[in-house]
Amino acid sequence: MSQPIPFSDVGRPSAQLGHLDDRDLVPLPRPYDTWAEKPLPPLSAKARETYECSLDDTCAVSFPRPKSKSEEDELVRKFLSGLAKLFTSNNNWTFLQPLVLSMDHCAKCQTCAEACHIYEESGRNELYRPTFRSEVLRRLYFKHRSGGSLLSAWHHGDIDIDWTTVARLLELAYRCNLCRRCAQTCPVGVDNGLIAHEIRKLFSAELGIAAKEIHEKGSMLQLKVGSSTGMNAIVVKDNIEFIDEDMTEKTGVKVQTHWDVEGADVLLMHNAGEILAWPENPGAFAVILEAAGISWTLSSDLAAYDAINYGLWYDDAQFARVALLHAQAAKKLGVKKIVIGECGHAHKAMMVIADRVLTGDLNIPRESAMVLLDDLVASGRLKLDPSRNDFPVTLHDPCNLVRLMGVVEPQRRVVRKIAPQFREMEPHGVHNYCCGGGSGFAIMSGHNFAEWRLRAASRKKFRQILEAFRDDVDPTHPKYVCAPCSNCKGAIRDLLAHYEAGPKAGIYYGGLVELIVNAMVDVKPGFLSFGEP
Amino acid sequence: MLLYLVPFAAVAIFLVAVVARLVRIYSLPVHLRWELYPVAHEQNAAYGGSFFEHVDWWQQPRAKRHVGELKVMVPEILFLVGVREHNRPLWARTFPFHFGLYLSAGLIALLLLGGVLQAAGVTVAGSAGFPGAAVHWLTVVFAYAGTGLCLIGALALLLRRLSDPVLRTHSAPADLWNLVAFVATGGLALLAFLVCDRDLALLRGFTQRVVTFRLGGEVPTLLAIAIVAASAMVAYVPTTHMAHFFTKWFMYHDVRWNDEVNTVGSKLEKKIQAQLAYKVDWAAPHIQGGGTKTWVDVATEEVAKR
Repeated sequence: MSQPIPFSDVGRPSAQLGHLDDRDLVPLPRPYDTWAEKPLPPLSAKARETYECSLDDTCAVSFPRPKSKSEEDELVRKFLSGLAKLFTSNNNWTFLQPLVLSMDHCAKCQTCAEACHIYEESGRNELYRPTFRSEVLRRLYFKHRSGGSLLSAWHHGDIDIDWTTVARLLELAYRCNLCRRCAQTCPVGVDNGLIAHEIRKLFSAELGIAAKEIHEKGSMLQLKVGSSTGMNAIVVKDNIEFIDEDMTEKTGVKVQTHWDVEGADVLLMHNAGEILAWPENPGAFAVILEAAGISWTLSSDLAAYDAINYGLWYDDAQFARVALLHAQAAKKLGVKKIVIGECGHAHKAMMVIADRVLTGDLNIPRESAMVLLDDLVASGRLKLDPSRNDFPVTLHDPCNLVRLMGVVEPQRRVVRKIAPQFREMEPHGVHNYCCGGGSGFAIMSGHNFAEWRLRAASRKKFRQILEAFRDDVDPTHPKYVCAPCSNCKGAIRDLLAHYEAGPKAGIYYGGLVELIVNAMVDVKPGFLSFGEP
Repeated sequence: MLLYLVPFAAVAIFLVAVVARLVRIYSLPVHLRWELYPVAHEQNAAYGGSFFEHVDWWQQPRAKRHVGELKVMVPEILFLVGVREHNRPLWARTFPFHFGLYLSAGLIALLLLGGVLQAAGVTVAGSAGFPGAAVHWLTVVFAYAGTGLCLIGALALLLRRLSDPVLRTHSAPADLWNLVAFVATGGLALLAFLVCDRDLALLRGFTQRVVTFRLGGEVPTLLAIAIVAASAMVAYVPTTHMAHFFTKWFMYHDVRWNDEVNTVGSKLEKKIQAQLAYKVDWAAPHIQGGGTKTWVDVATEEVAKR
């Protein structure tokens, strides 16, 4: 456990404010009880010299260091301007009430800390305490609002308003998965996840500063090209055609993906990352929907073939732009409903957050693929042989899908029906732990950030996986982590690779539709192959 | 005479502070949904399920189980079950503190009731008949239990906040002062009861004179100090983060459990449409609101051309 960090230190220039010590990491269970964690690769001297990296051992945003005091002052001025706007209805009607309530009522009891997987697994590192970044923002806000009065310092605590503080707050906003597990435990209802979200928004909307993977290479690319993968409509159609051919060969059943079918019952939206990283996922969806006789289509409209909406994590304007494109594509095709594929944040973006953005004829019904799949499996429209899945299976609950929108049982009913050796992680359901990839972490890999994620953010999930399979660690017995979310799969992929979990413990991962197709009687046996983690 | 004005002033400040917060909260615009499961009024709240779990959920009737909210809120408020579940060491300190405050609030109600009864000619005393005896004994129990638990709890919380390096680091001076004030007030009240008003008759008499506006009559100095201290706390609490005693309702109902669906033609939709017309002045290059663009403008502009 690290020492408390006085708030007076936040604005005091130093090489780094905190340190993630590998020796503090909570030991893992068998067969990793003797695993020697490699030290976190240090940031290069050039990175430290070039970017604002004075928070801890990593760097998420890579914001260039100001070259002069006047440049620093200008950035602080812009930050304070953004801070004021964050508390106005015009600029932030989207989250103002929850933000104000959370800013005003924290009792600083620290009950939330023990709920945070990053705080806990990092050895209770004070820098990652959920209240730490919130308290920095709270002190900055009240100090700025009061003009730096002594009464405000007495009431809310003091902090330096300077570039060092602001730069560290920027990085702090990217040490939280926004999973909101901490908010579940707050006796008052304060939401530190929301505050992290709002800090990100302030920097993005006012200063144009955000992690480039989610802004420049994320939402901006999606809005300009159509997908954060960089695929335009022609490329994505080519790739899907290839997937169809591959799936037809692999399953022995004719697979046909439909594009731009007007009046279809279902507009299916995939996270386009699946198409490149896990092509068997959209392929398996196609197999299932065709076998069940569903009227379905994909859309080749701008952004509509990629369900992602990274704005959810950092910027309301970017969020609204993407949500609008998704809805417009559905409206153009005249579909009965949009079904979101295996992507947790896309679920929450389109079904929960966009609910109060889309009005009139853009408010098209939206449903989770978990529900559709549950219905297809329960209704008997798919012929299934659970014995094909007779290996240990556990289910990961994507935070966005489960804790943040209450889709808990549909995917469980499916897994219980098709996987005889299903076992839950503990805790699970709405009390699950994040995979560590939430809020963009799964796609953020600048410098050593991915390595930091493995040690701090994803470690809890690996512990849960190991405990779910603790009765059988034999690497020759394949075990399956079912993760019905692209970002979660990305995080789990990296996690299993880091710990060599395939060869060492026989642990593999994939989505829900792959597990269903593996059990389909009409499909050639062995759809799932356990070779690569 | 001046002493008799103190409770009036305290209640006035209390009401102004509460109303000001309510006005502030109610004046805030409708926000995007940000619910957190389990949502207590959902049919499947037991495991955290939502209406999204149903096929074509928008065509299904939605029945909110308000009794489900009560089943969560009542134990939460009375017994702080969330703290007990997630932070047992804190609960051991904060539960007596909060329960002591509830009993102290009850004490004020009983003193008012006793004062009104006495003004109506009913004898309120241990040896009197019903309802006078009941009010008397309840007042005594609430007084000693309330102030005693409040004192013990506040002292325990203060010691913990001072001795725990993390809590101390995160505390503003006011956080410590608040607990000191509760310790002092609880201690003063308890001392005043024990020293000069063991059966609470003097305090009831004071309350009777307050509620009947017969503002005169001697009160022992120690009791007077306790009255001033308690009145000051009544006035002070809603001006601080401790206003969570009523704002918690909004944090649960307006945020954590607010899953109201936006439907075409609804009042909610009209509010949203009005807010989408708000002018934005975020300055980042990808927005450049300038105070002239609306949210609709920002959301519909073609980013590829920027």
